[in-house]
Amino acid sequence: MSRAEAERRVSPLWTLGLFRSELLTTFRRWRTLALLGVLAAVPVLIGVAVRIETGDGSSAGGGGGEGPAFISQITNNGLFLVFTGLAATLPFFLPMAIGVVAGDSLAGEASAGTLRYLLVAPAGRTRLLLTKYATVMAFCLVATLVVAVSALLVGALLFPLGDLTTISGTRISFGEGLVRALLIALVVAASLTGVAALGLFVSTLTNSGIAAMATTVGLLITVQILDQIPQLHALHPYLFPHYWLSFADLMREPVHWDDLTKNLGLQALYAAVFGSAAWARFTSKDVTA
Amino acid sequence: MGEASAGEPDGAHAGDAVVATRALTKRYRGGQLAVDGLHLTVPEGSVFGFLGPNGSGKTTTIRMLMGLIEPTSGTAHVLGRPMPRSARAVLPHVGALIEGPALYGFLSGRDNLLRYDAADPTADPRTRSARVAAALDRVGLTAAAGKKAKAYSLGMKQRLGLAAALLQPRRLLVLDEPTNGLDPQGMREIRTLIRALASDGTTVFLSSHLLDEIEQVCTHAAVMARGRLITQGPVAELSAGARGRLVVTTPDPADAARVLKEQGVADVVVADDRVTGEAPERDLAEVNAALVTAGVRVRGFGVERASLEEAFVALTGEGFDVAG
Ligand SMILES: Nc1ncnc2c1ncn2[C@@H]1O[C@H](COP(=O)(O)OP(=O)(O)OP(=O)(O)O)[C@@H](O)[C@H]1O
Ligand SMILES: [Mg+2]
Repeated sequence: MSRAEAERRVSPLWTLGLFRSELLTTFRRWRTLALLGVLAAVPVLIGVAVRIETGDGSSAGGGGGEGPAFISQITNNGLFLVFTGLAATLPFFLPMAIGVVAGDSLAGEASAGTLRYLLVAPAGRTRLLLTKYATVMAFCLVATLVVAVSALLVGALLFPLGDLTTISGTRISFGEGLVRALLIALVVAASLTGVAALGLFVSTLTNSGIAAMATTVGLLITVQILDQIPQLHALHPYLFPHYWLSFADLMREPVHWDDLTKNLGLQALYAAVFGSAAWARFTSKDVTA
Repeated sequence: MGEASAGEPDGAHAGDAVVATRALTKRYRGGQLAVDGLHLTVPEGSVFGFLGPNGSGKTTTIRMLMGLIEPTSGTAHVLGRPMPRSARAVLPHVGALIEGPALYGFLSGRDNLLRYDAADPTADPRTRSARVAAALDRVGLTAAAGKKAKAYSLGMKQRLGLAAALLQPRRLLVLDEPTNGLDPQGMREIRTLIRALASDGTTVFLSSHLLDEIEQVCTHAAVMARGRLITQGPVAELSAGARGRLVVTTPDPADAARVLKEQGVADVVVADDRVTGEAPERDLAEVNAALVTAGVRVRGFGVERASLEEAFVALTGEGFDVAG
């Protein structure tokens, strides 16, 4: 290994080149852009619907109980559309988008055959897996921010902005409201790390991108249904979507951290379990596709 | 898989060989024994032809050499290090085209290469675009570099796959049927390219069904059938294995046949003015001198080598059906 190795001085920073390439590749896909487009459209639909509904002066949601959280407050303050948008997309649209991207991450490369060329490049199996997970997490963040920013823009266009009332009834300034909105977006993005790890694990099991996406989304729907069945309440605290809507507690004064920390802990647990499973599977797998 | 440090000493028993396998065996999960006790030695600096009928285990062997699949038993050393354990250290020095190219259809040819190059942690990002441009130029794709890969023809994809193998200076190139889908000019260019790379000291490991192609570019070859290695060695020896025949063209065939038999030539056959026989071990100049001394008028005298194709069919059998 003398000659060629002496010529190549390798910087440890170069290893990040794959992450950059992965981000570029993911966000240049039509499918990724279409998913983000759908996510951006949800707050627009909610905003327009609320605007039409309340055109006659009545308040939306008929005083609460109906529709996603915070929807009745939107007419008073457009900022609430951010919270409503996230509450409306978190149960299904957001995790479905993550499931598609995570499920396809390795299985899609395998079915296209590009996986073998990445591995002989050599990307390194652990490095490639970490890069894929980091990219899916980046997608979680971007997807959440797309919903939040779209909601903020639509909210600002269609409704007044200003100071707002928390769930606990206290008033906070618009600036502080924006900070809370950003915080909520981050918590929502973090809530998706469990599905992301699950999708990545499924992605190591098959050489078909479509099968991996469908399985991940199917699992998501199943778990969401299980979470609604009262007889299974003993199981509920271990289901990854169970504490998802706890982000609303960030709108209390003072903030209720209880369910929020339970949620983040549960996501970390899922990420650890399915991340390890994905690693064990992917580093020992025969790549024949 | 495993990460061996770059400074680890070479495997002691691997010697000068660029690829050395010992009893390498792969049984797929379905139970298919694809490679069976393979002892393969690829000398440094050779252009090594890897031959075998469909399904004989060539691609499976290459996958094991590249660390894509784990051998069921046996060992494989590439550049003196064990695979797949030393993949991170070995593979940056290896360019590979395995079972045809695989590309990101929604990326341009150039972006495909940029991505594959970024996957290599030893590739310098400062020289990346220059190296990509050089690789594209080497396979004649510069004009089509901006086109989306899904709009490439079969041969263009194959060329792009080759370009990916040439992104860095390599010590070993592993090419699984590299001229598949190429036009005649493309095939010639690839052969010229392989010769040029070989003269720079790159070892080329080439699997192909095109025997005249192997005969033209390879210095060494190995023949597989049903997962087993049948023979390996310098190409000249392989085709000589099906020994060449001495051919004498003469207006005096009867006399010539008599003299040749006296000279120890076996299996002498006379057909019109051609007298042929198994080439003897001794110096053919003496045989020729004996003919002339005996007054036989000789028009032509020479040895017809068996082609590699004949040698190949003799080794692997005539049958057309793929072994199950
Ligand atoms: N992923 C796989 N799972 C199970 N069996 C396989 C797999 N890949 C190949 N095989 C079997 O292993 C044997 C060797 O296949 P391989 O692809 O190595 O042949 P090959 O020599 O490359 O053939 P070809 O000249 O057609 O490319 C075949 O019998 C094939 O059916
Ligand atoms: Mg093959």
